[in-house]
Amino acid sequence: MRLNLNVNGRAMTADDVWEGESLLYVLRERLGLPGSKNACEQGECGSCTVYLDRVPVCACLVAAGQAQDREVGTVEGLADEEELAPVQRAFVDEGAVQCGFCTPGLLVAADDLINRVPEPSDAEIREALAGNLCRCTGYEKIMAAVRTAAERNAGTGISGSTGGDRE
Amino acid sequence: MSNTHAPAHRPQDLDDAIAGGVGESPLRPDGALKVRGDFAYSSDLWAENMLWGATLRSPHPSARIRSIDIGPALRAPGVYTVLTAADVPGRNLYGLKDIDQPVLAEEMVRYRGEAVALVAADHPETARRALDLVEVDYEVLEPVVDAELAARDESVPKVHPGGNTVRYQPIVKGDPEATADVVVSGTYTVGMQDQAFLGPESGLAIPGEDGGVDLYLATQDLHSDRKQTAAALDLDPELVRMTMSGVGGAFGGREDLSMQVHVCMLALRTGRPVKIVYDREESFFGHVHRHPARMYYEHGATEDGDLVYVRAQLYFDGGAYASKTPVVVGNGTTLGVGPYDVPNVSIQGWGMYTNNPPCGAMRGLGAVQPAFAYESQMDRLAAKLGMDPVELRIRNAISRGGTTPTGQVLDYPAPVAELLRRVRDLPLPAAHNPDTAPDIRDLPGGASNTTHGEGVVRGVGYGVCIKNVCYAEGADDFSTARVRLQVVAGEPLAMVHTAAAEVGQGVVTVQQQITRSELGVERVNIHPNDTEVGPAGSSSASRQTYVTGGAVQAACRAVRDRLLALTAERFGEPASELSLAGGKVVSAGSGVVADIAEVLGSEVVEETREYHHRETFPLDEQGHSERAQVQHAFSAHRAVVDVDTELGLIKVVQLDCSQDVGKAVNPESVVGQIQGGSAQGLGLAVMEEIQVGEGKIRNPSFTDYLIPTILDMPPMNVDVIERGDPNAPYGVRGVGEPPTISSTPAIVAAIRAATGEELTHVPVGPEHVIG
Repeated sequence: MRLNLNVNGRAMTADDVWEGESLLYVLRERLGLPGSKNACEQGECGSCTVYLDRVPVCACLVAAGQAQDREVGTVEGLADEEELAPVQRAFVDEGAVQCGFCTPGLLVAADDLINRVPEPSDAEIREALAGNLCRCTGYEKIMAAVRTAAERNAGTGISGSTGGDRE
Repeated sequence: MSNTHAPAHRPQDLDDAIAGGVGESPLRPDGALKVRGDFAYSSDLWAENMLWGATLRSPHPSARIRSIDIGPALRAPGVYTVLTAADVPGRNLYGLKDIDQPVLAEEMVRYRGEAVALVAADHPETARRALDLVEVDYEVLEPVVDAELAARDESVPKVHPGGNTVRYQPIVKGDPEATADVVVSGTYTVGMQDQAFLGPESGLAIPGEDGGVDLYLATQDLHSDRKQTAAALDLDPELVRMTMSGVGGAFGGREDLSMQVHVCMLALRTGRPVKIVYDREESFFGHVHRHPARMYYEHGATEDGDLVYVRAQLYFDGGAYASKTPVVVGNGTTLGVGPYDVPNVSIQGWGMYTNNPPCGAMRGLGAVQPAFAYESQMDRLAAKLGMDPVELRIRNAISRGGTTPTGQVLDYPAPVAELLRRVRDLPLPAAHNPDTAPDIRDLPGGASNTTHGEGVVRGVGYGVCIKNVCYAEGADDFSTARVRLQVVAGEPLAMVHTAAAEVGQGVVTVQQQITRSELGVERVNIHPNDTEVGPAGSSSASRQTYVTGGAVQAACRAVRDRLLALTAERFGEPASELSLAGGKVVSAGSGVVADIAEVLGSEVVEETREYHHRETFPLDEQGHSERAQVQHAFSAHRAVVDVDTELGLIKVVQLDCSQDVGKAVNPESVVGQIQGGSAQGLGLAVMEEIQVGEGKIRNPSFTDYLIPTILDMPPMNVDVIERGDPNAPYGVRGVGEPPTISSTPAIVAAIRAATGEELTHVPVGPEHVIG
């Protein structure tokens, strides 16, 4: 089948998509956007988290056809060209990235959180990121990164990225 | 700093020291790529005309292969080739220590999940479906599933023709029959843990025009992979070129081969690029796990709490192939009494073949299992003596100058007692206030709203451990570094080339830091890891900062010497008076001589050096060795847990760690290693176990094999001390493994303190703590 969708603000088309393919497969293998990761294919690890119409979802659990004519936001769309998004900058600065395989999904989930809740408590951060597994960091520096991103946002009045204008 | 009156740049201006050197915490060079989603992991690779490979695996833990019919699979549309053992061009065996594992099963399958056949097709789903069309006729046999029985009972069927014992090692020190006034004994078991790295096994093989193959992959050791792969492909190693792609974690699980030979065979046969990516279920079958163990311990002590003897028998289940089992037995037995001074020791260790999933390297290799047992024993002994468990540990702690059970004298700091005191003195969390309603998110069960505090009890526990760093028992352990210095765009630029696998730990950052400190240049690029430079050995055994750090240091110093000789030649200053700092050559007598860039001109100075750590020696039949291991590392944990004794739910409230790292080359990365390692120890303590029944893995998914989430991992106080090892580059001591080892017994001790249950198995489950 042919799939038309908007990814990171650009209209995209994938041809010859097999009906059994997931949105994740189409992004990674057909649209040249391998930033979203495949680590469990069961919606358990969150590594493939993307925005679908501005709501974070596990792209591995979305059939490609379900994304027809919809808006998808991936980790590749978080940065504003050269400028890293606040969560991206904070993950680098705080050492929240080791192997980095979980990072793209965590960034989308964290970006969504600080857009919804500008000053999240630690309990709120933990709840929001509970669906994203990380095996390297023990999560402490991820907590620090989200706190830092939220503080910097509060300091500048700049909101987050892709999901930032969500009502 | 004002630059209003700054003069034009002159070489005589000695700038501030170069930022980002040893002891600082510069950001990792791959961080920005990783947060952008632009870092190319091995599973992200793509090539024109690429096919997808898939692997048929045995459904039986033990069976004879009567026949394989690939015809129906080969005829399926979209399928390009189907390969079996008959197609392995070279040696159909590989292995890290013992070369005992077939690339593709031949006659026998010895575990459920063993690779039997390969398919290449134009779509991953086509390849997977073709696997169902390969017809294998198996004669199913009774599997060997009990390692201890295999060790004790000669009538157990032999998994391999040579017998079921991979390694037996006794360690005897002092009087093996010693007696004592106070004796405690116990039997302890450790479940099979999975590395659960998030990036699944994957690689892209591209056939070369010269008959060779280029493989882009995620691994811990390129040269080890190349050696084994070339032998299986019957190719000159020079024709098997391996390049590291992004590695999504490793933790020991990428030391053995997985898809390496398979994907090269498919590429060479089809003449097209082939990619293999395991899914999570296949990953559970596609790599080795942590050895499950059953351990019998007896500790004897005086009434005052001085250890008199430790006797132990350790049975490690190695599964169907040897992998790192010999090393697990070596580490488990030599480190089997823990970081304590014990005059009389008798330990026997067995590593056995069974038809269970193969076990091998995982963080804390062979030291994790006995640490749970000996620390449980120390708590039991403290209770029997009526002593404080930390005081008992401090009283018996090994220290510099102490002798290990193998007879090795520790000739470097061993601050075990200090670590215990320090971790005990870290701040404790506040107790729940009985007058206010608790935030249920802080309680066991969390937002599931299973308790408002009723039935919840708190406990505090301690654990301390010892781990050897680098390869041991006579292995020639070394790494290679090539450092090139030249002027690019008017400034000196250093390029560091090693094969040291960056698996997330940050060895790329460490190499940059060492080069900046040694050469006094700011710009340091890291060449991609490949086999065009000599071996680095594996990113394991907490060894890369030690050995690759040592190699980079040595190569930098060789480059420096050439640079100083050039300066001496051109500027007439004696080389012995010269050094490098802040991008300049400086003379002890006359100050700044010249910019490095000026000295270099158009010259390219390149040097390659190996770093070998000091020699180690094998154990004799009594387990003695002057120096079995090159270095030991120590960490201590304190855990605070809340347990809902009605539902058996456990919440680790706080987990604190004191660790000696010798020299923190990158302090922030050191903390990251301690936090991450502690989380894996927490997983083993309360949640992670591969359930194996009749040789079959019952829970090969992240739905059923649970690893800690951000809700499971508590805040940590991390206390790093630096008691340098005079034998190691910069005094470094391996960092990665100890925190995985001492966290587990600390958490279990805290659960024991809360519940009063004995708890002789990890992971502790709800059934163990319900009062």
